[in-house]
Amino acid sequence: MKPLLLNPRQIAPKAITELKKLTRYVKHDRLQILFYERKSMIQPALEELKALAKQVRRDIIMMTAQAGSGHPGGALSCVELGVALYFGIMRHDPKNPTWPDRDRFILSKGHASSFLYSVLAHSGYFDPNILPTFRKLGSPLQGHPDHRRVPGVEASTGSLGQGLSIAIGHALARRLDQRSYFTYVLISDGETNEGQTWEAAMMAAHHKVDHLIAIMDYNKFQLDDATKVICDIEPVIDKWRSFCWHVEEIDGHDFSQIFKAIAICQKVKNRPAMIVAHTIKGKGISFMENNNDFHGVAPTQEQAARALKELE
Amino acid sequence: MEKRLGRPTRDAYGQTLVELGRADSRIVVLDADLSKSTKTCEFAKVFPDRFFNVGIQEANMVGVAAGLAASGKIPFCSSFASFLICKSYDQLRMGVAFSEYNVKIVASHGGISVGEDGASQMSIEDIALVCSLPNFVVMVPADEFATADLVRASVVHQGPVYMRTCRPKAPIIYDAQSRFQIGEGVRLREGNDVTLVANGLLVFEALCAWELLRAEGIEAGVVDMHTVKPLDRELLLNEARKTGHLVVAEEHQVWGGLGSAVASLLSRECPVRIEFIGIQDTYAESGSPDQLLEKYGLTAPHMVQAAKRVLGKI
Repeated sequence: MKPLLLNPRQIAPKAITELKKLTRYVKHDRLQILFYERKSMIQPALEELKALAKQVRRDIIMMTAQAGSGHPGGALSCVELGVALYFGIMRHDPKNPTWPDRDRFILSKGHASSFLYSVLAHSGYFDPNILPTFRKLGSPLQGHPDHRRVPGVEASTGSLGQGLSIAIGHALARRLDQRSYFTYVLISDGETNEGQTWEAAMMAAHHKVDHLIAIMDYNKFQLDDATKVICDIEPVIDKWRSFCWHVEEIDGHDFSQIFKAIAICQKVKNRPAMIVAHTIKGKGISFMENNNDFHGVAPTQEQAARALKELE
Repeated sequence: MEKRLGRPTRDAYGQTLVELGRADSRIVVLDADLSKSTKTCEFAKVFPDRFFNVGIQEANMVGVAAGLAASGKIPFCSSFASFLICKSYDQLRMGVAFSEYNVKIVASHGGISVGEDGASQMSIEDIALVCSLPNFVVMVPADEFATADLVRASVVHQGPVYMRTCRPKAPIIYDAQSRFQIGEGVRLREGNDVTLVANGLLVFEALCAWELLRAEGIEAGVVDMHTVKPLDRELLLNEARKTGHLVVAEEHQVWGGLGSAVASLLSRECPVRIEFIGIQDTYAESGSPDQLLEKYGLTAPHMVQAAKRVLGKI
């Protein structure tokens, strides 16, 4: 069978142009809320976002299949969250990745790296043509994100539990410098087994850290089994509320719910915000959904072909 | 050698932080509920907005520091060495060393001279642990003047730095005019028979040993190797070629500290006989600092014996 190569031409060119326009618009004027509320604007934009989400899913399948390894399940579950942030919400400039006023996005669940690389590439941080080098010797696209190698990657992650603390550091620096950026951090559900999560949760609330929006990709699985079986994180809403965080609960695959929750969280003052996003591991591909076999195992070439067919 | 006790090196750190904080607004300080002991409380008094007491949580503290550094700050993190290094080792690894962030770790209560609080508070593994992290500079200054100047140097240095300070008052070796460079040891005494290489509180012990050896007709050189990583290769090679016999002394487990680093370098480039003064693969106990240094073999008479052994005189 022919090796699967990523073809960036497969991306709907119109979608990308429109989204780039949108990103610029959002960058110069933080009016996401307005953007969300204007139904006439959100409807066409939604279609574009959905098209892009589909492209990111195709990338995840192609990249992991091409590499013969990786973590497709937990990458597929957070696609809408990342697409909404990078193409509809965040102020960022791919031509100036170290712009001091940029919004930060930290992927604490570093094993979902394929998702992040795809979103960054389509944002314009680097050429999507290098996506197929994922996990290959010499590639900047390491198995887990390395901020020194890839523009747009804000933190080197892969050892779970650390991203939230790093995000707090960015948010404290924002306060000291009196800037207005937001720091977003995507954590996994299983990751909150780590004690560091709760150190960070307690400390951020005590220090009244705002402009910090954590999102939990609650796909209900960790490596060995369901989170309920390994180390249940429930009652998760109560936990974060009891740590004095503002908490929103949404369907993490529903763009309108994502936009709405983030708009609310951006207004939260003097405390951090957590969006618990219910998601489906392996989302978008019938035989991968809720199938934990694809946590840390790539689809075979045959499975990838089937998956891509479903994503057409 | 007359023993003039100065301030503990942790006090010099606290004071220097205030001085640096005035000059550079990028400097921020984090502590894990031990600021009165690590002396970062001095910085907190003057710059409350740039001081973050995170509570008793070392792992999160180092992660937060990484984020602060990523957004352009120069964070100093402090706690006791045993807690800061051991409890946040993975955060130091991923968040600081691997990420190459400009984070400064200054941990107090290094070694067994912590004294009465006992072994759980004594850090004897920190140098080995941090030396094994790529990109880190590792330093153990001998007195208050060396500490102050090396803390200043750590701000100029771009990248991760670890400095160990001590709890008790440190004997004065230098003066306020003394200047230090990261990675450059200080030759305190010249001698042709044997070289005593030490850092931290044991620099003073080495100077005492120099005196005792001299009385017995043995001319020792004394080197303050305040930076364990990167090691001063040139100085060590010069000493090894000159005397051909070394005693390396540190207030640290003998596995993986200064002695191991020196032996590793010299075995490749200039094999010589070396004796190792350090904690001999054990944990210490409660007692006064002086009693402990004596009991665990870290004082001048022990160095004299080691020098004689390495010279084949006993």
